[in-house]
Amino acid sequence: MDVMPKWAEVVLVPLISLLLAAFLSALVILAIGESPTAALKLMIEGAIGSTYGWGYTLYYATNFMFTGLAVAVAFHARMFNIGGEGQAVLGGLGVALVCLYIPWPHWSVALIGATAGAALFGAAWAAIPAYLQAKRGSHIVITTIMFNFIAAALLNYLLIGALKADGMEPATRKFAEGAHLPSFQDMFSFGEATLFRGAPANVSFFVAIAACIAVWALIWKTRLGYEIRAFGHSESAAKYAGISPTKIIMISMMISGGLAGMMAINNVMGEAERLVLNAVEGAGFIGIAVALMGRSHPFGVFLAAILFGFLYQGGAELALWTSIPRELIVVIQALVILFTGALDNMVRSPLEKMFLAMRRKKGEV
Amino acid sequence: MDLLTLLQILDSTMRLATPLLLACLAGLFSERAGIFDIGLEGKMLAAAFLSAAVAYTSGSVWIGLLAGIAASLVLSGIHGLASITFRGNQLISGVAINFLAAGLTVVIAQSWFAQGGRTPQLSGAARFNPITLPFADSLRDVPVLGPIYYELISGHTILVYVALLCVPATWWILYRTRFGLRLRAVGENPAAVDTAGVSVVGLRFAAVGICGVLCGIAGAYLATALQAGFVKDMSAGRGYIALAALIFAKWRPWYALYATLLFGFLQALALRPDLIEAVLSFKVNGQLLDVLPYILTVIILAGFVGKAIPPRAGGEPYVKER
Repeated sequence: MDVMPKWAEVVLVPLISLLLAAFLSALVILAIGESPTAALKLMIEGAIGSTYGWGYTLYYATNFMFTGLAVAVAFHARMFNIGGEGQAVLGGLGVALVCLYIPWPHWSVALIGATAGAALFGAAWAAIPAYLQAKRGSHIVITTIMFNFIAAALLNYLLIGALKADGMEPATRKFAEGAHLPSFQDMFSFGEATLFRGAPANVSFFVAIAACIAVWALIWKTRLGYEIRAFGHSESAAKYAGISPTKIIMISMMISGGLAGMMAINNVMGEAERLVLNAVEGAGFIGIAVALMGRSHPFGVFLAAILFGFLYQGGAELALWTSIPRELIVVIQALVILFTGALDNMVRSPLEKMFLAMRRKKGEV
Repeated sequence: MDLLTLLQILDSTMRLATPLLLACLAGLFSERAGIFDIGLEGKMLAAAFLSAAVAYTSGSVWIGLLAGIAASLVLSGIHGLASITFRGNQLISGVAINFLAAGLTVVIAQSWFAQGGRTPQLSGAARFNPITLPFADSLRDVPVLGPIYYELISGHTILVYVALLCVPATWWILYRTRFGLRLRAVGENPAAVDTAGVSVVGLRFAAVGICGVLCGIAGAYLATALQAGFVKDMSAGRGYIALAALIFAKWRPWYALYATLLFGFLQALALRPDLIEAVLSFKVNGQLLDVLPYILTVIILAGFVGKAIPPRAGGEPYVKER
């Protein structure tokens, strides 16, 4: 029997962790001589105070949904994929190749092609550490981190070499018009009213929502999802039931890498419309915080991604208007990972005691 | 390639291997006690920043070193709290510590010095300077041995020698003291240690503390000896490479020295593409040289160099039976 009611498990524990992280972040802001309330106000205004702000918040949230789902799927198989960053870099490469070398007639077909390219490249980049984990027992956490470094160097190599456009900048040339994804401004402006003016949110937001639903169906409604969860709960029991560990590690990690790679349809195809250095901007790592905060459930990931989209856009506004640097978001992200992931028991056990005491009291009456 | 160039390469191997060696020994203490530590990277980074900042402000590198060790110990305390006291996931805790260090160092550096997240250049007594060993100058002209003594053995900062001394010290502590025996036991079978009436929690906190001190020295070395000041993300994956070296060394101190020297050698080579070109007589791509340590890490982890068996209770929080 569970000690806590379900709502406490799903809502209360993450909420308290988040409040603890927010409290410590406020202390950091105080320590560097700024006002936390003014900072929060600025963040809210900048991130959700206008459709422009929302356009950025949802754009970042789209990135984090993909990387958050990536980490979450791997978590279900008890794999810790820290390689989302590198897989997203490779996804970007896939998108760029698809968009540069195929003349697309319409964005809808281009989107399908680019999604496939992104997922394929991301999955391939995750497949190598997965194979090494499954067959050679090499620690997936360290190998995926190494693959982040290798991916960054590979992209650097290609962008100053084979894929470089004319000019000084290490970047590819701009994608053709046929690969232009409709932005929110294109989609939601009617007549006189222009909404989301100049914001990068685009149609891939809806692809991300579709991905959330697809992951939910995969994990809870299919045989494969059942096998992944069984493997994650107990490797030995899963083996006994005839589930191949190699197969589950490979498949779950490749799905994970594919999802992380798919982020590229948002940042590379939707926003930059060319491949540049450091396009991922740490989104792969934020995926870890998003997945932990969302308890590895696609709906939780969706909400946590929007929260982090808000923090990311709000953090950019802070960096613009105050002396608080952008790296504050990395601190917040670290605190969220710490409280929702590693210090989970610290938050949970007092709550469990409280609920147990309440239940006993009820029993006496 | 003549003797002098070879000695130069080996000399920079020593300098680059030192932070890896210290971090590797730090990981060795922690993992031998059953606590995985992905957070070596973050602890080094935090120590690098605070040591440089305090050394610059106070003008004394020794106070800087102490401050660096303190920063690293605070993060060790968080890791211990999460993974020993609250029995949380050690990997996630380590990752959180790495991000915490990556973010906080830049935020604080920006508000302290306002130089775009770095510390000012260190010079003079705010840095560890090379020390010349006795007779190095007078023996310099002795053939072969003279240059080796002068170029390779003499002329490092004191922390290089400290790191080298840590190797036999670690060996002695682990294999010749009661504390070391208990430390190794707690990483293999904590229940047995508990039954013998020794505190599992105490031993593990001690190990995590030693790990913090060593990471602190490693970080201070980066910012005050190898380079002159802190820059953003200056640990550059060294914490992870140290972990790979630890696995390569099969969690043993002397092998840790050899493994980290190998990685140091690769990093030294990456700094001298001209030499590689001269020896191999074709041009090697610069990016390839830079990622060589990372690729080697993957190859080593893939176990192509022999099977490594980690401490049996590694990564498992200890739950006393009720």
